[in-house]
Amino acid sequence: MIGESLQRVEDPVLLRGQGRFAADVTLPGQLHMRVVRSPVAHGRIRSIDTSAARALPGVAAVWTHDDIADLPPIAFRLTPIESMLPYRQPVLARGRVRYVGEPVAVVFAESEYLAEDAAELVDVEVEALPATVDPTGEPTPWLDAEEVAWTAVEAADGAGRDNESATIHLEYGDPDAAFAAAAHVFDVDVRVGRHSGVPMECRGGSAHVDAATGVLMVNGAAKVPFWNRDAIAQMVGRSPHEVQLIEGHVGGGFGPRGELYPEDVLVPLATIRLGRPVRWVEDRQEHLTTCNHSRDQRHRLRAAVDETGLITALDGEFWADQGAYVRTHGATVAGLTASMLPGPYLLPSYRITGHVRMSNKTPAGTYRSPGRYEGTFARERLIDAIANGLGLDRIELRRRNFIPADAMPYRRPILAMGTELVYDSGDYALLMDRMEETFDLPTLREEVAARREAGELVGIGYGWFVEKSGLGPSEGARVMVDTGGSALVTTGASSVGQGVDTVLSQVVGEVLDLDLDRIRTVRGQTEHFNYGRGAFATRQSVMVGNAVLESALAVRAKALRVAAHHLEIDEADLELVRGRVQVVGTPGTGLGLGEIAALLEPHRAKAIGEEPGLTCDGWFHSDHMTYPYGVHVAVVQIDRGTGKPTLERFLVGYDVGKALNHLLVEGQITGGAAQGIGGALYEEFRYAEDGQPQATTFMDYLMPTMAEMPEFGVLVTEDAPSPLNPLGVKGAGEGGTTATAAAIASAVDDALSRPGSVTQTPIRPDLIRQLISEPGHEQSPNQKEH
Amino acid sequence: MKPSSFEYVRPESLAETLDLLHQDPEESKVLAGGQSLVPMMNFRLARPSRLIDINRVPGLAGTRVEGDRLVIGTRTRHLAVQNMSGADPLARLLRSAAAHVGHLPIRTRGTFGGSLAHSDAASEWCLIARLLDATMVVESRARGRREIPAADFFLSIFTTAMEPDELLVEVSLPRLGDEHRTGFAEFARRAGDFAIVAVTTDLAVEKGVVTHARVCIGGVADTPFRSGAAEATLVGQRLDDDIATSPLARAAAEAAASEVDPPSDAHGDAPYRRDLVRAMLTSSLAQGVAR
Ligand SMILES: Cc1cc2nc3c(=O)[nH]c(=O)nc-3n(C[C@H](O)[C@H](O)[C@H](O)COP(=O)(O)OP(=O)(O)OC[C@H]3O[C@@H](n4cnc5c(N)ncnc54)[C@H](O)[C@@H]3O)c2cc1C
Repeated sequence: MIGESLQRVEDPVLLRGQGRFAADVTLPGQLHMRVVRSPVAHGRIRSIDTSAARALPGVAAVWTHDDIADLPPIAFRLTPIESMLPYRQPVLARGRVRYVGEPVAVVFAESEYLAEDAAELVDVEVEALPATVDPTGEPTPWLDAEEVAWTAVEAADGAGRDNESATIHLEYGDPDAAFAAAAHVFDVDVRVGRHSGVPMECRGGSAHVDAATGVLMVNGAAKVPFWNRDAIAQMVGRSPHEVQLIEGHVGGGFGPRGELYPEDVLVPLATIRLGRPVRWVEDRQEHLTTCNHSRDQRHRLRAAVDETGLITALDGEFWADQGAYVRTHGATVAGLTASMLPGPYLLPSYRITGHVRMSNKTPAGTYRSPGRYEGTFARERLIDAIANGLGLDRIELRRRNFIPADAMPYRRPILAMGTELVYDSGDYALLMDRMEETFDLPTLREEVAARREAGELVGIGYGWFVEKSGLGPSEGARVMVDTGGSALVTTGASSVGQGVDTVLSQVVGEVLDLDLDRIRTVRGQTEHFNYGRGAFATRQSVMVGNAVLESALAVRAKALRVAAHHLEIDEADLELVRGRVQVVGTPGTGLGLGEIAALLEPHRAKAIGEEPGLTCDGWFHSDHMTYPYGVHVAVVQIDRGTGKPTLERFLVGYDVGKALNHLLVEGQITGGAAQGIGGALYEEFRYAEDGQPQATTFMDYLMPTMAEMPEFGVLVTEDAPSPLNPLGVKGAGEGGTTATAAAIASAVDDALSRPGSVTQTPIRPDLIRQLISEPGHEQSPNQKEH
Repeated sequence: MKPSSFEYVRPESLAETLDLLHQDPEESKVLAGGQSLVPMMNFRLARPSRLIDINRVPGLAGTRVEGDRLVIGTRTRHLAVQNMSGADPLARLLRSAAAHVGHLPIRTRGTFGGSLAHSDAASEWCLIARLLDATMVVESRARGRREIPAADFFLSIFTTAMEPDELLVEVSLPRLGDEHRTGFAEFARRAGDFAIVAVTTDLAVEKGVVTHARVCIGGVADTPFRSGAAEATLVGQRLDDDIATSPLARAAAEAAASEVDPPSDAHGDAPYRRDLVRAMLTSSLAQGVAR
């Protein structure tokens, strides 16, 4: 059953429209929350007059920072770098606003309409200050001493802070020596635009205090319910067991959805303080201006290269535009950029400095393939520049620099997400060979060349990358077979729609030989399990999948043991077939799993010296991540007159070690690629000079649609199983996204016959048109005299 | 994203509609397909205190031929125009323009007259109305029926020559003989988006020579822009078979590109919009000839 392309168990409910998303939960007597948001990018709050809003009939309360002054800023969930503490976001703006959309006040009213009416009546007077929209220059003052003292008591030292909230530095080998000895040096200066995961379901949720139990119930949880439960409990002054988070269906996560935002604190807090259920559902304009943005990095990289094309050192700097505050992700994105930048290449020496810079934009966080999308774009631009400069084929140069299969596991002496960076397995050259063969790349190249010869602007491009997945440290699972012979699988996993219920069921189905309709999964419910790190970092299949395997194996062992005892047969003569423990090769004999569960009724279990119930817990622990890898190939055609790029074909080769379900892996890759393509060609949160966001609706924030999608080809390989877990699995969630921009940029260069011409994303038609109308240079602009 | 409060009325006749508009013209808005008005209300960019829904008023939808004119009722849905029959140059032009209007659900609801009343300078129907010098027929209790030529109708973005108490009833377009070569080309980043630049052309060609030319451009001004320079360049000239690469098309494109004074915004700056004018004009001309 493991590995089969089974259809998702999640889908029938969703297709019938019977899903339960955040906005589907309504509670009797609920109040509706509406947030009053800053209209300016940067300014001092002079006054907030809430009297007119309060006076409106149907308004229960209006709060400003003064009403919640006891709440601390929102904490870091990941990568908590000390220097970043003062940059955290207050739940409501405190004296100063720093981005358009920042919560300044909040209204609670009897209907959504009234809440919006009242929000309009809140009179916020802000004295505008100059806005920072490009923070890649010299650092500028950001926080004053009083603000530092408030957000981070321990870090307070009586000084203010500039807008570099963290500096990340990684280094190994001897880059200076490598550059001194280099035959060639190449460099790039490139930017990845600001875009983000924009899930179909906006943020939202509701809360009420269960009068019978006193428990604070919070609906609308996603991604990280256990961490959020603890954080909410702490902020509202309760013990974690007095707070219950409930995950329903989630209409896409992608990184931003599910993190703890100011609104997620306000809803439960208001429920407690106002004594009424409270509901909040974000609208799309709010979503685009307040939910985490991502990407937006500038990279200046250089490579030292020897006579043979071997890259002896990579050195550089990058700037990450963090926006106005550092939210739950801390320095995760910049940290991942730095540690994953080397990619699939040997790189004997490496040095990178990352500057996490604050600006007057919506705060940024992770988005599918965080840090890697940006770094891969920059690095692969550089690799293309080297190939062009040396007159080498782009693939050939990559092959010369690949970490060879026999060097695996390959350790880089740096850390990634707090773990040692050891590429667990991989055969990069083999995947390239398979791509050449599966999609007949030689013929494809010939066709493209022939069309270009005939006058078309058409090109092919490549992006190679290494992903990471399976971040530990731990996940647990409980598999329980009931007396009806069906299995209940309870875990701390979360579903953001990726099909985790299906793959976890497949693992149990494989071990207990049960059909999927005999298996039910429970996840995202803090009441039913006590631990779960969450649905991020492509970790669920690896971590929860192996925990489920562990517990299912334990259940099987227990079933065989109990059956052997009951039947007075040697365990070795029994097998588990179709949910029944039978005498080997003899259907109809033995005991069904349900009967065995009945034998384990507590009193009877005690009599045979077993723990009650046909149930076992399993845990999986891991100190190291797994490293899937892949290549993207893009074919782009460009219209001369308008500069419009058409992505004709997009091919992905990705090695996931072991695919638990090929259909789901291909779905993840295709969906991930669609999002990467969006960032490469369409989506961008642009800002005017004064910090006003230019993309606040879907008219200006261009999500790609079906019509913009190319013909896809996906090759999923299992040549390099992970030695780090029993399933051999690596994550599949992000590899569709990682190198999309890199491959498309490479194809646009090729179409224009101008290597190095694409230096930023999104690669808009007006930028391409500009390149077309400039006189073309056949010589690369990247090669430096040495 | 919830509208401010409003009263909703649904008249059953034209007379009742005009009465309602007469009562409170400044505070009322006509609701046709709602594909522009409802989003604007949800963003609270429009705050009518009364919505007058014309979807139950008989006689406002459908097309009819009156001599050498085609009359389109205001509430004719975009999709109905797209599905119109007829092999004449006008029907072909209308069908090909309709295909560019938004997406299927929007075309199913949105109306021909609603687009004109909304007066977005990139709207396909506003361009066609201006290209063919359409006549807008409007009616009010106070002034009765009056006709407004397209040249006077579009005043600016979201502003027309209609008075607040007036209802757009129908639009009359000239039918085009077989000597006409029409084309419609637009550029948008994604399928279904409003055009960044759109160009529509109508040439009358006799014995290979252009006797009459109309060129209308969207996305370069507050209202649909008739390019007199491009029209003058084309009239009297002989058409090549391969017009796309012909010096005449190039000359017309250059004339239009230097005549327009387009805005710069996040979707494209002025020089780029000029490039788009060149490309779309050429492609619109080529469509006409290809037929
Ligand atoms: C996603 C999306 C994409 C779109 N893309 C395009 C596109 O590519 N091209 C395009 O042209 N349009 C596009 N539209 C707009 C769409 O075509 C609308 O249908 C059209 O602009 C307005 O027509 P309506 O019938 O919906 O009018 P409504 O939204 O009902 O009304 C629009 C305005 O016209 C007034 N009005 C309507 N009818 C009358 C009348 N008979 N008399 C007086 N005033 C009247 C209303 O009061 C209102 O002010 C798009 C819309 C959406 C949501």
